[in-house]
Amino acid sequence: MTRLLSFVWIGALRFLWEGRLQTLFIIGGITIGVAVIVFMSAMLAGLEANFIKRVLTSQPQIQLLPPDQVARPLRDEPGTVADAIVQRPSQRILSIDQWRTIQRRMLAMPEVTVVAPVASGSALAVRGSASRSVTVTGIEPDSYLQIVKLPDYLVAGRLRLSSDDIIIGVELARNLGVGLGDKIVLSAANGPSRVLTITGLVDFGNKPVNQRNTYVALRTAQSLLNMIGGVTTIDLAVRDIYAAEATAQQIQASTGVQADSWIKTNAQFFTAVRAQKNTNTLIRVFVGLSVAFGIAAVLIVSVIQRSRDIGILRAMGATRGQVLRLFLLQGGLLGFLGSMIGATLGASALVYWHSVTRQADGSEIFPLIIEPRLFLATAVLATLTGVLAAMAPALRAAGLDPVEAIRG
Amino acid sequence: MAEPVIRLEQVRKAYQIGLAAETEVLHGIDLRLEAGEFLALVGPSGSGKSTLLNIIGLLDRPTSGLVAINGHDIDALDDAGITHLRGHTIGFIFQSHLLISAFTARENVMMPMLVAKGRRDAEMEQRSAELLERVGLSHVADNKATNMSGGQQQRVAIARALAMRPDLVLADEPTGNLDTRSAETAFQLMRDENRQFGTSFLIVTHNMALARRCDRIIAVVDGQIAPGVA
Repeated sequence: MTRLLSFVWIGALRFLWEGRLQTLFIIGGITIGVAVIVFMSAMLAGLEANFIKRVLTSQPQIQLLPPDQVARPLRDEPGTVADAIVQRPSQRILSIDQWRTIQRRMLAMPEVTVVAPVASGSALAVRGSASRSVTVTGIEPDSYLQIVKLPDYLVAGRLRLSSDDIIIGVELARNLGVGLGDKIVLSAANGPSRVLTITGLVDFGNKPVNQRNTYVALRTAQSLLNMIGGVTTIDLAVRDIYAAEATAQQIQASTGVQADSWIKTNAQFFTAVRAQKNTNTLIRVFVGLSVAFGIAAVLIVSVIQRSRDIGILRAMGATRGQVLRLFLLQGGLLGFLGSMIGATLGASALVYWHSVTRQADGSEIFPLIIEPRLFLATAVLATLTGVLAAMAPALRAAGLDPVEAIRG
Repeated sequence: MAEPVIRLEQVRKAYQIGLAAETEVLHGIDLRLEAGEFLALVGPSGSGKSTLLNIIGLLDRPTSGLVAINGHDIDALDDAGITHLRGHTIGFIFQSHLLISAFTARENVMMPMLVAKGRRDAEMEQRSAELLERVGLSHVADNKATNMSGGQQQRVAIARALAMRPDLVLADEPTGNLDTRSAETAFQLMRDENRQFGTSFLIVTHNMALARRCDRIIAVVDGQIAPGVA
């Protein structure tokens, strides 16, 4: 019994030690619960981070496009439609009207972090007798590379894009039989042909994408696509990726251009992420509840077992508040100890799982994310759960009539 | 004239008030215990002795009547006030020793001081060592309560009752579960404390031989103080 500890602490520790078998079992229960929560949370956070990284490093978070072109019905006079059947017009590749003004407005928005104008369209890549249809994406590397992390996917060469350079996917390079430094001819349907030098090869981990995607300087694309000074999309990165859809709607309402968020274009993936998060939350809540009920059950038994001791303490002048704190502290201590052991166990299991599971290509399934914050949050939450779970037994203990308690 | 340690006037205690089964166990008790007195409370089982002791020990409240401890009318005190008065003025010795099994003899003796002060200090350690020496148990000071004989446990309980230097010690059958020798030791310890420090004692007992060695005997019969016993 040390001088540093107060009566409440000494009492709580001694009572837990006296019923050490009970204490051991309930700490075991809390440990398993917390370990499951920590393991699942960290693994799902890793999986989600991995998914989001894959999605968001290969596409913009919001893409601004020119509005759809619609045909106007013929009218003879106001109010009379001459031909009611209106055929949907083919969508020509058009530049976004006043795109520089829109670019400036986007840069002024606090939610938007990066604005990258892009000119893209389809073209034919030709090398000798081989040809493939490709998507030409004309970019300004300074801004575009902050959104789509091409450097992450670069497997050969470098990201140099002067007016005669091109970066292509590894599959296209294989199909055309070209490598770094080789030249290919790019020709668009309505524009001139250009001879470009391959400066980089990228691998997105997806065969069709590796076959189709090519990157050139914005001006090169503009001249190829016969769109001098124009851009087909403005790609944006935003501060809060989960608010991208709201921001997109806001932009669409204020500029008149079509704004598609990554949430809309990847609706299925996003639903999966949400479902995973909700499931995780549900599991956490139910595991937390079962831990809380476990603590409460053990402490209620303890109150019944120790009612004589409580009566003696009350006879010796212990206040109801002291008795209440004595049991709340036991709940808190159980929660804290269980959470510390559980978090360590959960993290160890995660490290082990991370080391033994691999994707088919040998890369990790999820990045190992173990944040000290997770330990802290788990400890605080589990301690609070312990204290709250101890509330009913503690109130019962504090409310005991000393005479009845001593009589037993 | 100094306030008596205990002053009871017309104390009544009834259970299940307002119900058909209402039972009154104390019918208007008047009792005074002066400072330094060593009083025996006798009476047959079920006469209301324990109820009376609980009321005097502030563990229970009377249905009506005045209870004053050291001049403090308990009607004027709230729960916290009563707990404070109980902790600082009254020491308890229970029939079945009732030590807290999670603690050692030394810690049990220290407990009332720890409850009052909140944290252990040198004075407490000294006081508990001194009391254990007085009851002759220094050698088992670090034994758990469960590792001591009945006699030893009762002596620890006496030492604990004296820890706060109370004005009043209430003892419920303090020698009831002890052999003759242990009972004598326990009685002598209480008597010595009373003579040396003037601590008042109220001892509930069935043992008339022991009661006769007290300053005064009061008998409770059927919830009333029986006249003529002194």
